[in-house]
Amino acid sequence: MTDAENTRSYKLRIWRQPDATSSGRLVDYEISEVGADASFLEMLDQLNENLVKKGEQPVAFESDCREGICGACGVCIDGRPHGPVTHLTTCALRMREFKDGETIVVEPFRANAFPVVKDLIVDRGAFDRVIERGGYISVNAGSAPEANMLAIGKDTAESAMDSAACIGCGACVASCPNASASLFVGAKIRQMALLPQGQVERTGRALAMVQQMDAEGFGDCSNHGECEAACPKAISIENIATLRREYLRAAFRS
Amino acid sequence: MSAPRFQLWSSVGKKLLTGVTGLALMGFIVTHLLGNLNLFVGSEAFNGYTEALHQMGALLIVAEVGLAALFLLHAISAIQVWRDKKKARSIQNSVVATKGPPSKQTAFSRTMIITGSILLAFVILHVAQFRFGLFGGLEYKTMIDGKEVRDLYRLVVETFANPAWVAGYMAVTLLLGAHLRHGFWSAFQSVGLLDPQLRPLAYSAGGVFAVIVALGFFVMPMYLFLFATVNP
Ligand code: HEM
Ligand code: FES
Repeated sequence: MTDAENTRSYKLRIWRQPDATSSGRLVDYEISEVGADASFLEMLDQLNENLVKKGEQPVAFESDCREGICGACGVCIDGRPHGPVTHLTTCALRMREFKDGETIVVEPFRANAFPVVKDLIVDRGAFDRVIERGGYISVNAGSAPEANMLAIGKDTAESAMDSAACIGCGACVASCPNASASLFVGAKIRQMALLPQGQVERTGRALAMVQQMDAEGFGDCSNHGECEAACPKAISIENIATLRREYLRAAFRS
Repeated sequence: MSAPRFQLWSSVGKKLLTGVTGLALMGFIVTHLLGNLNLFVGSEAFNGYTEALHQMGALLIVAEVGLAALFLLHAISAIQVWRDKKKARSIQNSVVATKGPPSKQTAFSRTMIITGSILLAFVILHVAQFRFGLFGGLEYKTMIDGKEVRDLYRLVVETFANPAWVAGYMAVTLLLGAHLRHGFWSAFQSVGLLDPQLRPLAYSAGGVFAVIVALGFFVMPMYLFLFATVNP
């Protein structure tokens, strides 16, 4: 618990939508005695306790690990996915980033490919369906090889690891003015294009994942680069450049 | 499910297309700027230059049709990107803001469709005006090396004796600069050429490129208005 002088009050405007088929609207709330060290989600928890005490429906939002690694959380805060700080998840965002008395607008990650389920919860199943089309290795890669049997340069290994850092939260889509999933798809494709295990299915993977990304109704990329700023894992739009190279490469191999 | 194939009209295919056509158009715009520097030299230099182009005969027609195709492909693929964006998010959040660096989202990147559309309308007018003599002047002739050739210099100078044309062209030039501020680096990214080392370089180069191209075309109408006269 935080000491009294370090607590703040906020005016909240939160998107409330009872279910996928109803229309939603912004509803105003007030909250006080929020600790500066509280995370954004803990602040919402606190709000929900108040709402339940008053017999109102709590605000639905998603979270799981609450330590920035699972990708479950994610809301738009004052128009920015995961809030004002770059490279952070909503669960890792602290209330000290907001001034006492400030109005905070909380809305869902918005894209037609991410339909709202309830309040701030969106269905990110589109990502799963893209992954199903090639975000894995399905050839028999054998049992675990002898260490260092597969020589992979340090730079390559690190670069693949940077792409693999994606937690699938969807902030790239939510931040993109075009609602494009290029960063998510690019990261998956680059991660596997860099490694030997990914070579066998490399061509088909690029074609199939792009096809699914388009079928899900994500927009096209205009190189605004907003996704990189919004990504909690700072995944570079270099991955989108790779996506284009891999797609072009596939044109000559399929 | 049948194996998917490469599709030029997929999201990624369209970006390869806007990128390649954007790069080619930038090549054209630089060539056009360099050629038009002859306007600063005078009537003989400029008419000699345009006559040399006309001497290319069938090759020039091929180049012109190719250019028209480039513009069309660029515009169609870019407009399609914009239409898909509209389809991808039908409900907007009430507040939308950028996170700042490393985002490259700017007023320039957000208005590509506007600057581009105006450029398209301008290019059509521009070609009609000077290539096909929409407002007359197609019949102007002059002598170069004892040969009668088209006096395009006279048409250009007469056009830019009118302050309205001067102002209009200068305004479009600024929009071209705005288009290129985002377009330059974006085109290289679209064809997959940029990595984290090259990106800041391409982004800065884009600023320099946009200013040089815009400035080059910007001073031309003003110079002609102030200093150029048609030979008697
Ligand atoms: C002198 C003429 C032009 C030049 C030099 C030029 C150059 C460029 C370049 C280099 C790009 C970046 C390409 C990319 O990111 O993939 C671009 C993008 C774009 N251009 Fe042009 N362009 C010209 C004319 C036009 C015209 C006539 C339109 C008509 C609509 C247009 C609309 C666009 C749009 C909307 C984009 C953004 C594409 C996106 O969002 O991905 N441009 N342009
Ligand atoms: S709850 Fe797991 S990343 Fe935020």
